[in-house]
Amino acid sequence: MLLYILKRIVYVAPVALGVSLVCFMLVHLAPGDPLTAIMPVDATAEQQAEMRTIYGFDRPLPVQFGIWLGKVLTGDLGVSIATGRPVLGEVARAVKNSLILAAVATLIGFALGSFFGFVAGYFRNSVMDRLASAVSVLGVSVPHYWLGMVMVIIFSAQLNWLPPTGAGPGGSADWRPDFEHLRYIILPAITMSVIPMGIIARTVRALVADILSQEFVQALRAKGLGEWGVFKHVVTNAAPTALAVMGLQLGYLLGGSILIETVFAWPGAGFLLNAAIFQRDLPLLQGTILVLAMFFVSLNLIVDVAQTALDPRIQRA
Amino acid sequence: MAAIADSVALEPAPTKPSRGYWGSVLQRLRRDPVAMVALGVILLIVLAAVFAPWIAPADPFKGSMIRRLRPIGTPGYPLGSDELGRDMLSRLLYGGRLSLFLGVMPVILAFGIGSTIGIVAGYLGGWINTVTMRTIDVFFAFPSVLLAIALSGALGAGILNSIVSLTVVFVPQIARVAESVTTQIRTRDYVEAARISGAGGFTIVRVHVLGNVLGPIFVYATSLISVSMILASGLSFLGLGVRPPEPEWGLMLNTLRTAIYNQPLVAALPGAMIFLTSISFNLFSDGLRSAMEVRQ
Repeated sequence: MLLYILKRIVYVAPVALGVSLVCFMLVHLAPGDPLTAIMPVDATAEQQAEMRTIYGFDRPLPVQFGIWLGKVLTGDLGVSIATGRPVLGEVARAVKNSLILAAVATLIGFALGSFFGFVAGYFRNSVMDRLASAVSVLGVSVPHYWLGMVMVIIFSAQLNWLPPTGAGPGGSADWRPDFEHLRYIILPAITMSVIPMGIIARTVRALVADILSQEFVQALRAKGLGEWGVFKHVVTNAAPTALAVMGLQLGYLLGGSILIETVFAWPGAGFLLNAAIFQRDLPLLQGTILVLAMFFVSLNLIVDVAQTALDPRIQRA
Repeated sequence: MAAIADSVALEPAPTKPSRGYWGSVLQRLRRDPVAMVALGVILLIVLAAVFAPWIAPADPFKGSMIRRLRPIGTPGYPLGSDELGRDMLSRLLYGGRLSLFLGVMPVILAFGIGSTIGIVAGYLGGWINTVTMRTIDVFFAFPSVLLAIALSGALGAGILNSIVSLTVVFVPQIARVAESVTTQIRTRDYVEAARISGAGGFTIVRVHVLGNVLGPIFVYATSLISVSMILASGLSFLGLGVRPPEPEWGLMLNTLRTAIYNQPLVAALPGAMIFLTSISFNLFSDGLRSAMEVRQ
């Protein structure tokens, strides 16, 4: 097991290096000089050259990458051009808010998705199965930013039950687990949960149908085990894969939250990324994407290892 | 599959001519009511977009400051008017042109580029395969939405940049499918037989590999159109794709966000179009998958 974990880490290292290279190159993909956005229009050529030296943009790209990577490894993600504050602090606060939202959404999605998936897998080709399939197709086909708008229209504009935007009263930038803040997370979390719900429902349905058709289930029934006992076996067999899908979905939601966070003005990483893009704050853009991508890579690693720990049959090379 | 169809064709002529693989796929597809309805909706949306200049009742750019945000069913404005008093029906019809183009184009480009990369890597194997697939792994380390937004954010807003970003997102996904299918085919006996009888690499790929791998890759690519539509309109929704005043569903949804208190139904219309298109592509792709008997 330990050897397996080490193997996975060795395998992930080059991917992580590649990810940081992509994040680094993002800034240089941008048309023009990364500094043009913040330079005063009337800056002289000398002033521009000076700024370039300060930020290190005058050196060859591989050297810049080396220096940047060295800083990143020590936790220095540079300074936001727009606010002048360290990128790491800004990103950490935003990622915390995103993580809360994504985690709540994943849990809702997992609970509902497993329920639909189990019912559909148990009663193949019944009305419930069709309903569950419909729910999962709807979940993966709906433009979630539009669903968010529809939720706001119904529950905020029309019924006036829940606040339309923000993470807390008075533009609170930090989410806390109290009643007032809870009201703010309901709409974005439900909107976001639709995607993992559809995917988990589809996965669990296939898993349950597959497990039920296997010989050991027949053997269990032949031995006289009741439906409840068989159900427990099905759950144990479906759990590793279902949990792995859930873990990956958390990563997808965290990285893909930008659209929903924009709709609900949720002060998370996506919202920060949006701000970074429109202020052309490239260090902030780079830092946010790097942190989110690295989070996703680590999550993949954890899911892989956890899945193997839960179910040794699926150990991969 | 194609190999099986060929061997069937060699048998003594049956009284009824054999349909061949594609014929039977078409027949199975025709018997799938969900897929047929989805295809019908897609065709309707495409035709409406193509013929927008002839069927749209009004100019999609011409607004009227005194006729802003009219409700659905107002005389002269069958689907209401937007925040600048432009006819919603006309803008939705015209909007389909850019939305469909931006959603479908990246998948077509990625299908071409991704299958080439995947088939070459899968057929050659060895270190070329390792290097290619490890590079592709790097792109899989980004959630697709994040990668699309990061690339468009860095490249700047615009139609071309939006297509480029989404193509980059889909190429690794298609390449991975192409590589895994090609690797399976490459070790089959009939490929081995062709090689022994002296067929060159190019001939083997053209005759034996392409015929067997393009089907599964194509099915996978059609399943991406739904995601691509949502992402492309999402980029415009964020202000990273199409620029105003161009009619495009994602951008329309964004500019109508201010109207959710006055005209909620009108404000939700562009998103409903994205939803309808996306779900139709999804259902059609599912139908195609089972008709072609491609296992996931």
